[in-house]
Amino acid sequence: MNTTWDELRIWRCREMEDGILQLVMDDPDRSVNLLSHDALTELSTILRDLGHYPPKALVIRSGKKGGFIAGADVAAFEKETDPARLAAYVRLGHTVMDGLDAMPFPTLAVIHGHCLGGGLELALACDHRVVVEDPATRLGLPEVQLGIHPGFGGTVRLPALIGHAAAMPLMLSGRTIGAREAARLGLADAAVPARQLDAAVRSILTAPKAAKHPPLWSRALAYWPLRPLAAHVWKRATETKAPQAHYPAPHALIDLWANLANDPEAMLRAERESVAGLAMSDPARQLTRLFFLRERLKGLGKGRCTRECHLHVVGGGVMGGDIAAWCALKGLTVTIQDASPERLGPLFARAARLFAAKAGGSTQARAAMDRLIPDPRGDGVARADVVIEAISESLTAKQGLLRSLEPRMQPDALLATNTSALSLRDLASVLKRPNRLVGLHFFNPVDKMQLVEVVRGPNTSALTMERACAFAVLVDRLPLPVRDGPGFLINRLLMPYLLEAVLMVEEGIAVEAIDTAARRFGMPMGPLLLADQVGLDIVASVANTLSSTLNFPSPAILHAMVADGHLGKKSGQGFYHHPAGKAPRAARPGAAAPEEVTDRLILPMVNMAMTTLRERIVMDADLLDAGMVFGAGFAPFRGGPLSHARELGREKLLQRLRRLSLRYPERMTLDPGWETFALTSNKNGLEVNHEHERLSRWGGHPATLGENVVRLVPGAGGSFPDANRVSPV
Amino acid sequence: MNTESTQVNSWAYLVDGLRTPFLKARGPGNPFSAADLAVAAGRSLLLRQPFAPSQLDEVILGCVVPAADEANIARVAALRMGCGPGVTAWTVQRNCASGMQAVDSAVRHIMAGQAHLILAGGVEAMSHAPLQLDAPFTDWLVGLRACRGWRQKLTHLRRMPLPRPFPVLLKGLKDPIIGLSMGQTAEHLAHRFGIDRAAMDAYALASHLRAARAMREGHLKDEEVMLADKSGRVQAADDGPRPDSTLEKLATLPPVFDRPWGRITAGNSAQVSDGACWLLLASPRAVAEYNLTPLARVSPAAWAGLAPENMGLGPVHAMARLLAEHHLAPQDVDAWEINEAFAAQVLACQRAMADESYCQTEIGLPGALGEIPEERLNVDGGAIALGHPVGASGARIVLHLARLLARVGGGRGVASLCIGGGQGGAMLVENAA
Repeated sequence: MNTTWDELRIWRCREMEDGILQLVMDDPDRSVNLLSHDALTELSTILRDLGHYPPKALVIRSGKKGGFIAGADVAAFEKETDPARLAAYVRLGHTVMDGLDAMPFPTLAVIHGHCLGGGLELALACDHRVVVEDPATRLGLPEVQLGIHPGFGGTVRLPALIGHAAAMPLMLSGRTIGAREAARLGLADAAVPARQLDAAVRSILTAPKAAKHPPLWSRALAYWPLRPLAAHVWKRATETKAPQAHYPAPHALIDLWANLANDPEAMLRAERESVAGLAMSDPARQLTRLFFLRERLKGLGKGRCTRECHLHVVGGGVMGGDIAAWCALKGLTVTIQDASPERLGPLFARAARLFAAKAGGSTQARAAMDRLIPDPRGDGVARADVVIEAISESLTAKQGLLRSLEPRMQPDALLATNTSALSLRDLASVLKRPNRLVGLHFFNPVDKMQLVEVVRGPNTSALTMERACAFAVLVDRLPLPVRDGPGFLINRLLMPYLLEAVLMVEEGIAVEAIDTAARRFGMPMGPLLLADQVGLDIVASVANTLSSTLNFPSPAILHAMVADGHLGKKSGQGFYHHPAGKAPRAARPGAAAPEEVTDRLILPMVNMAMTTLRERIVMDADLLDAGMVFGAGFAPFRGGPLSHARELGREKLLQRLRRLSLRYPERMTLDPGWETFALTSNKNGLEVNHEHERLSRWGGHPATLGENVVRLVPGAGGSFPDANRVSPV
Repeated sequence: MNTESTQVNSWAYLVDGLRTPFLKARGPGNPFSAADLAVAAGRSLLLRQPFAPSQLDEVILGCVVPAADEANIARVAALRMGCGPGVTAWTVQRNCASGMQAVDSAVRHIMAGQAHLILAGGVEAMSHAPLQLDAPFTDWLVGLRACRGWRQKLTHLRRMPLPRPFPVLLKGLKDPIIGLSMGQTAEHLAHRFGIDRAAMDAYALASHLRAARAMREGHLKDEEVMLADKSGRVQAADDGPRPDSTLEKLATLPPVFDRPWGRITAGNSAQVSDGACWLLLASPRAVAEYNLTPLARVSPAAWAGLAPENMGLGPVHAMARLLAEHHLAPQDVDAWEINEAFAAQVLACQRAMADESYCQTEIGLPGALGEIPEERLNVDGGAIALGHPVGASGARIVLHLARLLARVGGGRGVASLCIGGGQGGAMLVENAA
């Protein structure tokens, strides 16, 4: 057709028999399609030519099995430091989408799998969209989760298609939707099973039905007086979930809409400028970095892993039971063993609720229930690919159990402990093959907490680590490799924060003031409410275990409350009242907090982060940050404790740390690691695909560990052992 | 027809088996459907085998009344237990002997060399038995569907008959040929053999006490899985046995079938229950290939027919045939399991076997078949205490007999049950350990 088309790499054209042109996107360099600069450039060439030689109709689809288009090239703009080049990229996107929208012939996007961000915006620029009815089909504009908002015309085209009332909440939450919901909202012309796809496409192109307009009231939202009213409502709702000071993107989106919703042309122009500005902001940088860190954690699980997997869990308490139920939900066959069958009852009640909510239908829920097998005799041990023990935290009990499990297991099965307090060295000492024991530390509640600490004991083999990480990814959790040590990473950092909050209560500072300070900093929940949710008995017991080795305080008030049966949410009374079915109320409403409250809460956590980094509990500073964000909810827009340290800058950080250590010398010592830590802004090339190989080399022998980190993590994260002592701050 | 010529194996091995606890049918309160029960027992049984479920040759399940969404319940269960699409499955129905029929079919296939590894069993969720609409109401519903327009519909609505739905299972418990309920056939036998109420109640009490002792001593635990429902309730044992039962309490119960002067009460009849039981049967080749440990040798069942009103004597006829086939006399049998549909019916079987004239005229034997010593019959209690999920009982007594023989150190046993409609079935189980 056109000579330049022979040079296309990412797009393929095929003319169908009835004059319909099919455009297939299949980027040879990636496993998923992204709207990279090259992809957009090629598409603009194609569209320019199609303007001259129009086909009867144009069908756009993806050649990738996994999905349509996963979005814009986030990696490219994460690296981009030049605002002008970023703006040019956004402008190119706009030109292509506008061009596609203006084509004089019918255009249709065939969507399967993921269709996110820029991918959906491209589909929106077509006249029609057909989605494949399949659980894998997910559509959405999740840009706010990266600290920006849709930037290829989505803020204008989505409301125009499905109405403002449906479109704005979708963009503000970043929620993705399935095929049926897409069709119901009018986002797709039809949701059809794959076998009817061709027939549906042909029918829609040859005999298009009249476009379905969003309801009048939803269109009326764009005009006075409804527009300012709606903007106000969204603004308020957004402020409680994502305060503007921390997360400017959704607020920018509302402002954009409030100002220009009635003028699409102007709004498109404004969207371009707004998104280019947001992309350079700190929150966007941090959120995008976390996005890649999440991919990096997932990449740790790329080692060997079997899809057909049988998990055996010993211990039917809350943790063991919830791990079992979660893994059954994720498709594993799970046997759950407990000495007393009666103890397994509550687990099945919780599992039934989990499956009803998350399995995606009653048939799937029943199938998950069928996979979750009560096994009081422990017959599953001999069959299991992975065995996790989650019995009570007693060294002798756990050792006895592990000793009895080992000879009954398959020789290559993984043996894991869910301990949060005991040392893997001690646990492994009773095994014939101590190198097979690994820690898989899930957090409570298992279905909400994405992180799993994968704990490497002194004997744990690299292969065992690799397989444990793969297992975590298999069950859709994020593995964080950590070294054996009291509290591992998360609890060790979180405990000083929780205990400091309790000490402040003891000093008479109001509960709400403390929690508000933490929330203002960006924590999703205050430490005292968190303690109530975890259970004060558990906090006290973890504090006790850790205080012996780590010199943590052990606040008297905490033990007094536990002794009085005030255990937090589960007993209805803790630092807050927890009336059934209602929001918790602070026991002692009180005055504003003194200014230093935030520092007292956050900085011990930051200081401990340095200590654990120095002790090489984690592979590098980036993974430490990721762990604290995904495992403990550390303010995401700040990017984690070490990112926060960099953000503060050397002088400010050290000055505040010193002040705290002078005032509370008994529990706060300035970590020596700060002397050598490069407090530079971190920019690093993340090689997600080779992550598991790095893991296998991570500290094979403790003696060579330091070298490995230096050699294998060039410029990564905090680059702890880096010789760069010069701080640019 | 010569079946010998196609026989490859002389018997099939019973390798392992598990059942759910038998749960009293308490109406809609029981959360488990028949397929749920079958899956719960079967997945645990498959779990402890050295082979993958997909390596089974087939799955055979006996069930009298599956729910509407459990057509070919054997296949539903097989797929839900993870046997995979390649394992074929079929459902058998022989009323109370459906479970035994499944085992019998499995044994015959293995003996003929057509299969090597078969999961066979029985299941019944009597509390979930579907309701069926009566014919006039069904006709009316069909009419309603044919109505055009609201005017026609309104007129039709006025003609709605009072619906009289009935449980399908109850209908099945009434013999359609002679119009007697199963309980009435037992009254018939009690009359014929002069069995009085006191004898029946004494038998029933013994069943409860034997079952309670077996539970206490842990003899039932090994054959049971635990059940956990969505509300968190756990069932780890049969809930039928009443260790506190007494003759006085049993004597207070009113007759159920021939009111008001009958002798059969709820106390001396089998309990209506829900439950499932699976047996794993294997050929000698499969035993060697997977290094299985056989529990027992099982031969095909002997079946016999008799007048429907005498159905309770079915075991006598079937056992006579079985013993003759194997050239055995009653004294060669170490343990007997005769399903306790009714105390009167088991007692009638014992009397008929020992009765010379009955055996001569009704079975055509030269003399009395012989006596079954009380201490060898249903030693761990029977359906009166444990319950009788009709489709499952036949499988349960075979499994329990095999476990019992292993426990007492060998020997051979006969498992038998009476079958509504006038049949009996019996199987020979020989310890293989």
